[in-house]
Amino acid sequence: MFQFYYQGFKNMTVGKRLWTIIIIKLIIMFLILKVFFFPNFLKSNFKTDEERGNYVIKQLTK
Amino acid sequence: MEHVDFSLVDWSRAQFALTALYHWLFVPLTLGLSFIIAFMETQYVRTGNPEWKRITKFWMTLFGVNFAIGVATGIILEFQFGTNWSNYSWFVGDIFGAPLAIEGIMAFFMESTFIAVMFFGWNKVSKKFHLISTWLVAIGSNLSALWILVANAWMQNPVGMEFNPDTARNEMANFAEVLFNPVAVNKFYHTVLSSYILASVFVVGISAWFLLKNREHLFAKKSIIVASIFGLSASFLTVLTGDGSARNMAKYQPMKFAAMENLYMGQQNAPLTAIGFLQKNALESDPSKQDFVFKIEIPNMLSYMAFLDPNAYVPGIHDLVKGNTERNIMSYSERSEKGKVAITSLSEYKNAKKAGNDSIANDALVKFNENYAHFGYGYYANRDLNELIPSVPTTFYSFRIMVGLGFHFMALFMVVLLLARKDKLEKYRFILYTALWTIPLAYIASELGWVVAEVGRQPWVIQDILPTIAAVSQISSTSVQITFGLFFIIFTGLLIAEIKIMITQIKKGPEGETIETEIKTS
Repeated sequence: MFQFYYQGFKNMTVGKRLWTIIIIKLIIMFLILKVFFFPNFLKSNFKTDEERGNYVIKQLTK
Repeated sequence: MEHVDFSLVDWSRAQFALTALYHWLFVPLTLGLSFIIAFMETQYVRTGNPEWKRITKFWMTLFGVNFAIGVATGIILEFQFGTNWSNYSWFVGDIFGAPLAIEGIMAFFMESTFIAVMFFGWNKVSKKFHLISTWLVAIGSNLSALWILVANAWMQNPVGMEFNPDTARNEMANFAEVLFNPVAVNKFYHTVLSSYILASVFVVGISAWFLLKNREHLFAKKSIIVASIFGLSASFLTVLTGDGSARNMAKYQPMKFAAMENLYMGQQNAPLTAIGFLQKNALESDPSKQDFVFKIEIPNMLSYMAFLDPNAYVPGIHDLVKGNTERNIMSYSERSEKGKVAITSLSEYKNAKKAGNDSIANDALVKFNENYAHFGYGYYANRDLNELIPSVPTTFYSFRIMVGLGFHFMALFMVVLLLARKDKLEKYRFILYTALWTIPLAYIASELGWVVAEVGRQPWVIQDILPTIAAVSQISSTSVQITFGLFFIIFTGLLIAEIKIMITQIKKGPEGETIETEIKTS
């Protein structure tokens, strides 16, 4: 199984360029955007689900 | 809800729209091309003709480029749910959880396992196992789309759930009802079939380019025959599912239907406007004014499309906003009053529970449940009810351009199939140029389909229950603008990378010598 994937990746032609793009893309998405620009609003502001639920109800009924 | 930061709502909407539109540039080609490749490889296994293997491998490479660049772009939408749309995200959490979890598992296990066999398994696994893997990639990617579309359809027609007033979340009460929601079933077929058309146009267009360049004749003709048969079949079926979409829309989202048809005054024997140019600001203030500068109508067709009855009454925008007692249509002002009662009851219920007063809590809950179907309208109790009308020109023109292009694709498939069968394609260069330049049109049509579906349902995030103004997170609109800019740069970069790599691969052409060349040279 290891050899199957190893040889497959090794013999890729277009793939190397694509993998570079994929890796850069995933780094930007998960290590930059998700961490610095897209915190989960409710998870980062409230500790428990009860607090989150109460906050949302307050927002929806204000 | 009197004070609304429209800058925040609009930028959050714009960001979601931008991301969804870019994401959708990658998805339909994956959905459709996977099946085209599977058909080609089936021909290879069936006939043993190595030319089919060459053809399959070429399109597989382009599929790989598109898949690799497009993969995970949809995750950005999930980031936005948590950050920009936290009220909505919390409100629907339990409903979305199941379909999205299934999608994740399916995408991960099915696609990622068999896609490796598909790309790395040539000459390492048996022909039949390789073929099965290719088919499973096609089926897996299409099933992944199913779960996303089930989630989307629930927002257009929320069913199978119960609202829990203690947690402020909708909870799944009936999974089958969510999965077999009539909107979900039709939306799935309509979306994947239209994706097959896009992929077929792509294959036909690229193959036409080879013929224009006087290269790879056998490869191009075989590709055109497979893609045009697939595209033509999908086109006929798309007409049927489009018809289903219209009926669902008339039933579950009558405002979207009326906006899409620029129908302000409801009528019996309503005609369908096949071609029309809208009068600016027509009817909104004066319903007696002419609503079109020019139009060509098909008599009774709209009534038939909506209710399978040429005499049926199709409600217009005015009927829905002002109400129509004769037709049993409740006005938006009445619905907003009921919605306000639902919102107030929810607040009273929570306060009573907190105070330990069960009797008041129970009374409030009864009132809430009676009026929950109108919950979202409550946010417009002190607002202009015209905010509940989506952009009429956007939905009207998007729908007509999409349908017009759909018929163009159908005609193109018929013509190229006929000419390919008669081996006369090269003689009609303008047809080949048309096929090539139809590729961007297929993308435009595909995107416009989503514009009709999503702009047409505004202002609702969840139909009748939650509008965008209540769904948005209370965050700074500046941060949304910054991330909008970032996404625009990233996605544009990805798109440019995809187009560049694709063009390089297309110019290279299929690997190895074609059988045709071998015969000529031998």
